[in-house]
Amino acid sequence: MRVALIDYGSGNLHSAAKAVALAGRDLGATVAVTADPVEVAGADRIVLPGDGAFPACRAAFDAVPGLAEALEGAVIRRGVPFLGICVGMQMLADEGLEYRPTPGFGWIHGRVERITPADPALKVPHMGWNALRLHHPHPVLAGVAQGAHAYFVHSWQFNVARAQDLVASVDHGGPVTAVVARDNIVGLQFHPEKSGALGLRILRNFLGWAG
Amino acid sequence: MLKIRIIPCLDVADGRVVKGVNFVDLIDAGDPVQAAAAYDAAGADELCFLDIHATNENRGTMYDLVSRTAEKCFIPLTVGGGVRTPDDVRALLLAGADKVSFNSAAVADPDVIAAAAERFGSQCIVCAIDAKTVAPGKWEIFTHGGRRPTGIDAVEFARTVAAKGAGEILLTSMDRDGTRGGYNIPLTRAVADAVDIPVIASGGVGTLDHLVEGVTQGHASAVLAASIFHFGTHTIAEAKAHMAAAGIKVRLE
Repeated sequence: MRVALIDYGSGNLHSAAKAVALAGRDLGATVAVTADPVEVAGADRIVLPGDGAFPACRAAFDAVPGLAEALEGAVIRRGVPFLGICVGMQMLADEGLEYRPTPGFGWIHGRVERITPADPALKVPHMGWNALRLHHPHPVLAGVAQGAHAYFVHSWQFNVARAQDLVASVDHGGPVTAVVARDNIVGLQFHPEKSGALGLRILRNFLGWAG
Repeated sequence: MLKIRIIPCLDVADGRVVKGVNFVDLIDAGDPVQAAAAYDAAGADELCFLDIHATNENRGTMYDLVSRTAEKCFIPLTVGGGVRTPDDVRALLLAGADKVSFNSAAVADPDVIAAAAERFGSQCIVCAIDAKTVAPGKWEIFTHGGRRPTGIDAVEFARTVAAKGAGEILLTSMDRDGTRGGYNIPLTRAVADAVDIPVIASGGVGTLDHLVEGVTQGHASAVLAASIFHFGTHTIAEAKAHMAAAGIKVRLE
């Protein structure tokens, strides 16, 4: 199984690659950290990480010639299972509002908006371990218990337009989107590569999922 | 609900843990990679490596260490010590760090925080502040391991770096560090209440009650400690159980 972890110059690819490789060891997964459209187009699973501001991530992604076309061809037209992490998840939205309105892929409808806790004593960034509230079952969350903790670090969140696309959320002075999914596409706001045993299980589930 | 984080901090020099780490299953207690993996397994919420010598000569040793840790440890890792420029941040992030901490360089020029946050995002930029009490209710920043006064007010500086885009503040009381007498609670609370970003309390933990006080009285979002964990005085599980019993929300699974 070939896993393409897309490298567009954003974030900590090393730890994500190590976690995916470990999670997929028994599946014979090989992880390529790559921005090569040919490798992305030929992958069996695609992971899009992302750290930093939405516009910077989008610009860096668009700066790789042929990458957007290769990704869309694989994920939308051929149904290759796709996992977005953090800003890589937020880019699934129609639009991000961080700094300035920036278009996302529009694969899952909704907008990325600033987290505004109802309790002003709650800090932003939303940083640390928070308990997942699971709204719908999903194969990628198989074996994940209600209330299991995942590691988050972000100031913006993906508010989805359709309730059925929201798989899990957490509470931080109000609901904060944790997991979105539609068809062969899954997005995690938290960092599975930094969420200990729970994160490795979710990555393993993703690699074993046919979409 | 977000949980309060417990963060063991490993002082590292030339690729080795400086203070002892006392885990029964460690073959080499001086190896930070083994210690990191053991803390991950023990339920630590994050880890911190502090490169206490941080010379250009041993920088490569730190990158190698961070890279090997990322293969064994799947909780967030903050690395600090000798970080001067956004390029230093990039090198550490590429090696496998999740957050990078500025200290003296940010005191010399707070705009380095802005430059790093703009390039890599606030989520991975920590500003470490080392402060000493200079008068009741007044704390001054010291650099170079607490030897050099700067004349800068710690609370004011915390506001400055938060505004520049720091994602978190690692606040160490130089008065308390190593004393085991507990966090400097007035300092911790003054900084935590002054900024919207999370504050990690550091310096002086000797008992599990000190961890509780850092949160309930100091208003910290995370508590950092070294010796009580490294020397086996308490386990992470004991610390969490104690905090939970005091009504603090912690991650127990």
